[in-house]
Amino acid sequence: MQEFVELTLGGISDGMIYAAVGLSLVLIWRGTRVLNYAQGGMAMFTSYIALIVIDAGGSYWLAFVIALASGLLLGATLERAVVRPTAGKPPLNAVIVTIGLLILIEGLAGIIYGSRNRSFPAAYSIVGAKVGNFALGPGSSPTAIFTAVSVLAAACLLALLFRFTPVGLRMRAAAFNGTVAQLMGVRVGRMTTLGWALAGLIGALAGMLVTPQTFLYPNSMDSIFVLGFTAAVIGGLDSPVGAIVGGLLLGILLNYVTGYVGSNLPELAGLAILVLVLMFRPSGLFASTATRQV
Amino acid sequence: MADAAALTVTDVVAGYGSVPVLNGVSITARPGTITAVLGANGAGKTTLLRTISGFVRTRSGHVTMDDARLTRLAPDQIARAGVAHVPEGQGVITELTVEENLRLGLLLRARADRTAALEDVYSRFTILADRRRRLAATLSGGERQILVIARALLSAPRVLLLDEPSLGLAPRIVAQVLDLIRHLRDDAGLTVLLVEQNARGALSVADRGVVLSLGNVVAEADAAELGADVELRQHYLGF
Repeated sequence: MQEFVELTLGGISDGMIYAAVGLSLVLIWRGTRVLNYAQGGMAMFTSYIALIVIDAGGSYWLAFVIALASGLLLGATLERAVVRPTAGKPPLNAVIVTIGLLILIEGLAGIIYGSRNRSFPAAYSIVGAKVGNFALGPGSSPTAIFTAVSVLAAACLLALLFRFTPVGLRMRAAAFNGTVAQLMGVRVGRMTTLGWALAGLIGALAGMLVTPQTFLYPNSMDSIFVLGFTAAVIGGLDSPVGAIVGGLLLGILLNYVTGYVGSNLPELAGLAILVLVLMFRPSGLFASTATRQV
Repeated sequence: MADAAALTVTDVVAGYGSVPVLNGVSITARPGTITAVLGANGAGKTTLLRTISGFVRTRSGHVTMDDARLTRLAPDQIARAGVAHVPEGQGVITELTVEENLRLGLLLRARADRTAALEDVYSRFTILADRRRRLAATLSGGERQILVIARALLSAPRVLLLDEPSLGLAPRIVAQVLDLIRHLRDDAGLTVLLVEQNARGALSVADRGVVLSLGNVVAEADAAELGADVELRQHYLGF
């Protein structure tokens, strides 16, 4: 029982990180049908920027804000400079460009920051809570709670932005039907840039949240990217809510695999789930079928 | 609403592939009038509207609204300049609700009178009011057409381009739409370019008429005059 609770709580906080990565992929995919393979690399890079701030004597929270802001900026810049020219070209062009970006970013990080593992501070304590003698595990630590709360808050803010603001309406219009959006005076290109910027911000958040566990090195986000991608695919790649739920499911499932099957299996299990979903439900488990019904 | 604007198309050559669809078309829509653009399938009517709204590039010639040149502007810039284009079919964003579609139109209008404008549209088209929270995907073809027209009107355009607005609409709704367009011309000084297969219906509301054939203007006259020209009617308009 204690193990089950521990694994579930740990799964939730891990899952929220996959959810954040998945969300950042969805933000870009649904606007432009581009899968941003560089998303993990970008998050790694913004985490390095945070570490520089901390090394220079800045507080954790200053570093946190700067990382998120640089994610925003990085996303917008890369879209304008590198991805925009692939618009209207065969989809493979964008794939190659974002894979190229990933290699470039990871290479640059190696050159600038070196390739050794750097330890990375967490927001709060990573010691799990206890109820009497009943230990709840690291998934109940203040940092884990902060992880879940911050990703949920970011997702809710995005939902509010999309639902209730003019710019959110314009972004959705541009994502769903660029031609009609243009007809209604929407600057579709600007909305795409904004989508990448928000994706960069959410990705940077994921980087800040996961790096204390993985250490920081040029490839530190690679496996998280795969799991975030899996989360997004489970949710249908089109649906922000789907990415969150997909991330949670995946996080919990992988924690059970770690706890009950074998501690070296989760990455393999993650890939297996990705393959299974792509084989049997390529449109996602629930979200996109729900939108297609109506 | 802004003052009536004139739309002028001068010697426009435009098209999709290597062969132009429009071979030097010149049309003037006077401020605050309805101009019907008539002609058979393939005459270039839809291409003309798509060229004005910026989706088809002009190869030569130019389009102006009053003194502002629209040629070479992007479609979204032309929309913000005050040209509303109601395309034939498919103008609805099906993943958004009816009200969200309408709000897209409202975003082009001054903030102050948005609520009143939306309520006005809902009272005119009760079908839209009843379905405002539904996804536009749930609407029938005719309802979608109404939605697109209503959305265009909500953007407070200076020039309205209508491509086959009566297609798929019940006669009662067609009358309602034409009536509304007439009303907007008279009260708000809207300049309308109306493309129609149904030449008789179009000429009944229009002030002027232009007949296109194979990308050329073959006749341009007052609507009543065009309607009275038996030879032209039989040759190009089929009534």
